[in-house]
Formats: sequence, C-alpha cells, structure tokens
Amino acid sequence: MNTTPLNTKEYIKAALADKNLRAAVGKATGSTADSRNAVIGQIPYWEDLRSRVHLIKKDAIENLDKYLIQFEENCKRNNINVHWASDAEEARNIILDIAQKSNSKKIVKSKSLTTEEINLNNFFADKNIEVLETDLGEYIVQLNKQIPSHLIIPAMHLSRKDIGKLFAEKLGVEYTEDPAELLSIARRILREKFLNADIGISGANFAFASSGSFCVVENEANAHLTISLPRIHIAVMGIEKLIPDKKYLPYFLKLLPPSATGQKSSTYVNFVGGVSRGRYGEGPEEVHIVLLDNGRTKILKDPKLRETLYCIRCGACLNACPVYKNIGGHSYGWVYMGPIGAALIPQYLGESEGKYSPFLSSLCGACADVCPVKIDLPGHLLELRNRVVESGNTPGYERGAFKIYSMIISRPRLYRFLSRFPAVMQKLMPAGKPFPVPGYKEEREFARFDEKGFGKRYKEFINNK
Amino acid sequence: MVKIFRHLGVDVDYVENQTCCGQPAFNSGYRNEVVPAAERFIELFRDKEYVIAPSGSCVSFVKGYYKELAIKEELKPALNELTGKIYEFTEFLVDVMGLASLGGEFNGRVTYHDSCHLLRELGIKEQPRTLIKSIKGIEFVEMKDSDTCCGFGGTFSYKFENVSVAMVSEKCFNIESTGAQLCIGADSSCLMNIEGYLRKNKMKAKTMHIAELLALSLKL
Repeated sequence: MNTTPLNTKEYIKAALADKNLRAAVGKATGSTADSRNAVIGQIPYWEDLRSRVHLIKKDAIENLDKYLIQFEENCKRNNINVHWASDAEEARNIILDIAQKSNSKKIVKSKSLTTEEINLNNFFADKNIEVLETDLGEYIVQLNKQIPSHLIIPAMHLSRKDIGKLFAEKLGVEYTEDPAELLSIARRILREKFLNADIGISGANFAFASSGSFCVVENEANAHLTISLPRIHIAVMGIEKLIPDKKYLPYFLKLLPPSATGQKSSTYVNFVGGVSRGRYGEGPEEVHIVLLDNGRTKILKDPKLRETLYCIRCGACLNACPVYKNIGGHSYGWVYMGPIGAALIPQYLGESEGKYSPFLSSLCGACADVCPVKIDLPGHLLELRNRVVESGNTPGYERGAFKIYSMIISRPRLYRFLSRFPAVMQKLMPAGKPFPVPGYKEEREFARFDEKGFGKRYKEFINNK
Repeated sequence: MVKIFRHLGVDVDYVENQTCCGQPAFNSGYRNEVVPAAERFIELFRDKEYVIAPSGSCVSFVKGYYKELAIKEELKPALNELTGKIYEFTEFLVDVMGLASLGGEFNGRVTYHDSCHLLRELGIKEQPRTLIKSIKGIEFVEMKDSDTCCGFGGTFSYKFENVSVAMVSEKCFNIESTGAQLCIGADSSCLMNIEGYLRKNKMKAKTMHIAELLALSLKL
C-alpha cells in the first residue's frame, strides 16, 4: 500500500471515525505507557542513564565518519560484507543482487523499520522471490497488505477480532480470536518457512564500531531464527545506529525495553559478529550488512536537527502522545509515525511532501519527557515548522494572516483599537450565541469575548480605588 | 491577579502598551514575524523589578524561546535579565513570595488541569495545587490524566480541528468524572478550549482561572 503524508488529513478523518481502531490504539498505548512508568519507577538512576546515553549518541553521531570507517574495517576482518547504500533504491538493488547471485527464492525477515523505509517487501513482489515477515505483528500487517502502525507494535491498530477474521480469510483456518490459538497458527506456518528459507533479513538495533559486529533486540525469537537458520544473513541498518563500542550497550539495553514495551529487559539480544556454520548447521555462512544513508548524512550536516538521529526507535513517544493515541500510526502517511515520525518525515521526504507533518502535534511535550535518549522533540518540530514556512510550503492566506498579525502586535494603539472588535462582533450575535471562529463550530464553541477588555477594566479599577 | 497583588500589598503596574508575546506566530513556524513584537516586549519590560503573567504558556515562550529569535544584539543582555525575572502567577506567589496560603474561603468541589507548557517547560505542578488546597472549605479532586494535553495547541486546534476536539472531549470526560463544579487552570488558552467543549455539550462543570478562584475566595 502506498501512502503519503500529503494525505494525512484524509487518513486522520478515517481513523477518527474508526471506533475499533481508536479503542485498540488507546488501550495498547495506555497499557504500554503504564508498564513503562511502573518499570522506570524501579530504576532510581533513570534520569542519569538518559543523560549518559544522550552523550554517547552525541559522540557517535558527531564522529560518525570515523566510526563508520572503523566499523567497515572490523567487519571485513570478521568476514562480514559491508555494502554502502546512498538511497533506498541502491539498498534494494544490493539485496536483490545478493539474492539473485545466490539463486535464492525464499527470504524470511525479522522486524526492521529500515526495510520498511526502503519499501523492500513491495519491491520483491514481482521478482519471483518470496519475502515473509516473521515478527507476529509484522506478519499480521503483511497479510493485511499494510505497513506497521507503530514502531514497536506493528499491528497495534487491529483488535483480536480483526486478526481472527484476517487469519480465517487469508490462511483458510477456522475463525478464532483466542490470542494463544492465533499465535500457534502463525508459529506453525512460520516454523516451516524458517527451515526452508535461503536468506534471512533483519535490521540492527545497535552496531559496534570497535568490534565490527551488531545486535538485534527482540522478544519472539523470530530474529534469532532469521539470523541463525538460513545460509545467508543480510542486516539492513541506518548508519545512525552505530555506536562506538560494545561496552556502551548495557546502558542502551537498560533504557530500550522499558521505553519500548514496558519490560525490564528484552527476551533475546542476538549478536552477529561474523560467519559461523556450526556443526549442527547453525549460523549463517555468509553475512552482509547494508549501511543505509537515504538522507541521514543530510540530517547529520544540520546542527539544528542532528539530534533526531539519536532515535533508537523505541516508540515511547508514540505511547505518550495524545495525538497519536487518537489517530494511530497510519494517519502520518509514512513508515515513521508519532512525534518522531512528525519530525523525520519532512527531513526524509522533503518539506513539500512533509509540509503537514510537523504541525501534527499540540506541542504538549509529553514525548520529550519519555524519550530515553532525550531528543528535544517539540523543539525540533518547531524548527521544522519554520523550515516548512521558509521553504514556501504554507498557504498564501496563512502567510498573509501572520504578516498582518505581526504588524498588529508591534503597534500597540492599533492592537488596542482592533481588540475591541471581537466584543463588537459578539454583540451582533443573537443572545447567548458565540461568535463563529474557524475550528470552533461543530463540537465546541469559542470563548465569549469580554465587552471591555482588560485594559479598560484595569483603568476603571484603578480609578475607583 | 491585580486584585490579589494589591490585597497582598504588592505594587502593580500594568504596562498599557503591551500587546501579544508572539507565540502564535512562532509556533506556527513564522519566526521573523515575531521579532518586532519581541523587541518591543523586551524594551517595555526591561526596567521592571518582576514581570508576572497569569499564563504559563506566554511566560515559557518569552523565557525559553525569545533567545532563538533574530533580535537586535544590543537587546540580548536585557533579554537575559528579563528571563530571570519573569514569572508565572502561581510560581511567583509560592516560590518568590513564599506563600502557601492566601487565607480565602470557597465552598465547592474543584479539579485542576495541568497546562502543558506550565508543567513541562516551567516545571510548575505543585504551586497551583498548594494554593487551591489551602482555600478553606474547598474540596480538591485530581482528575484522571490531569497532565494530558487538552488539545488546544494554538493553530493546531484549527489545522487539525478533529484531532483537537477528540483530545478535548477526553479531557472534559475526565473533568466530569470527578464530579467537580469547576476545572481550575493557570493558562487561559486551555481553559478557553475546555470551556468551549463543556458548554457546547452542556456538561455540568465550568472552567475558572486560578487567579479568579483566589480572588473569589478572598471576596475581592
């Protein structure tokens, strides 16, 4: 399914009308946020941890050139093939090339937002190569021909009933909405696929420059099977995921699970540090890592927005966001959603296609409070709003209105004169009716305007004393 | 606010030539449009001992964001000084004047909405609660998710009206669930938004700014 953030208003309208979706998203974000709060309540040094990790990411991003070269050298030493992809197309072709050269027909994938970013599944659809998602949530959205609606919980927008119906329709099984049964159906199908796959594709949560290795954090063991069963493994990773050294990983592993799922720790952390075909046939004999730029170096060059590259894709900002809770992830129109998505969309897709995204926030700041790497999300949204304005992507009437507003607020007499008007207009309305203001008609009213205004009232008050 | 300060013996001066701090333009992405107003603001208030506003949002904007504007170099020291002496109303009463109670009386059940900028940018959470709870006869009840945004967000409420309405409806539901007759706040824009929904949907509660409540409790 091809969506665009330009249609965000349509998606929002549909999402708000979908009671099922709102109930599912409201419930899931609420319970994940509650578990998060409960877990971090038991970590007294949480704030120190956030500050420390912020600094580690700062160092990693600001010296990324150095670390990337170091990473590549160490990967080579470990017999890991490093591929540089400047954009999505290049990344897709690298992966296709590996598949074709090895005559591979079956690919299993573990959850990876970066492969969503490069639209890998659609690309393989007409290449006579099967690509199958193995994370349960991803498997569900793939069956439903959708993209994930949440960074961590891809099928958050669907209820148990929706999934039951989907399985019955697409897999020809008997309808059930029992989670355990649904899970066992998926597991039965996926196990078979794991065993017969030629290639396993994963993302990478963290990669380590000093050792030329990377890790994948997960709960379902599907990444474990994706990495260890097929003969060839390909990891697709945005270059910003690199950290200097493995010794910093424990800090991240302390922050990520509570922020992502409200767990103290994740069930599995898979490390890939080279090729290994063990005596039981486990481990890949060929390992590739595709390092994706796709606009990241552009962000890196931008000191005001660079911090958005610190993101570890935990999804905590989504669960905390009152806007996301109401509209779900598909409303944002791209693979990254919620407050971080609103900040990434105009940077990756440009200010023209992403012109609505940074405005899709009330700037309440709940996202910044929970961000484990302390990204100043509202600050970045404000900066991006300014970029959208500066690049001429706001409507003419709005630009005109703010020009006039600017003129009025720097002329106090004019300001005082004009501020009488709302009250005059109010008087012209039938008794008890509010003056119509855009945005305040259908379901709420605008405030009643005061007849006198504060200045006049103040003068009267002082004179009477 | 003026009545309360006079009651407390604080000398109040209302600067007549003030206008708007410019936040609506800045938050909508129009930074250059704020500069003339910001420069005027700094000039107007530079010689005052303290600058107090009954709005967390305006205070946090002047305090935190004026520095990001392309204002004249020569005004920067004055801005620096200004950010150190501008306070939100309840913050000033509790933290600067050291008051925990104004000694008023009010009979009724009230709840309190945490405005986002007040809470997250200025860190003001307990000050208004302290003042409300100190009123004799008042029954204070916390609402569910008191710190969740009401959905106003300036031009957000117009640009994404339906999302904004969805947010305020949840807020109003939480207010109603407390059974409070008044939802108290320290930021007029949120109160305006909440009041608009409450009234249109004929809900029982009303909104009131904390300064009004305090003045009422003191029979000022």
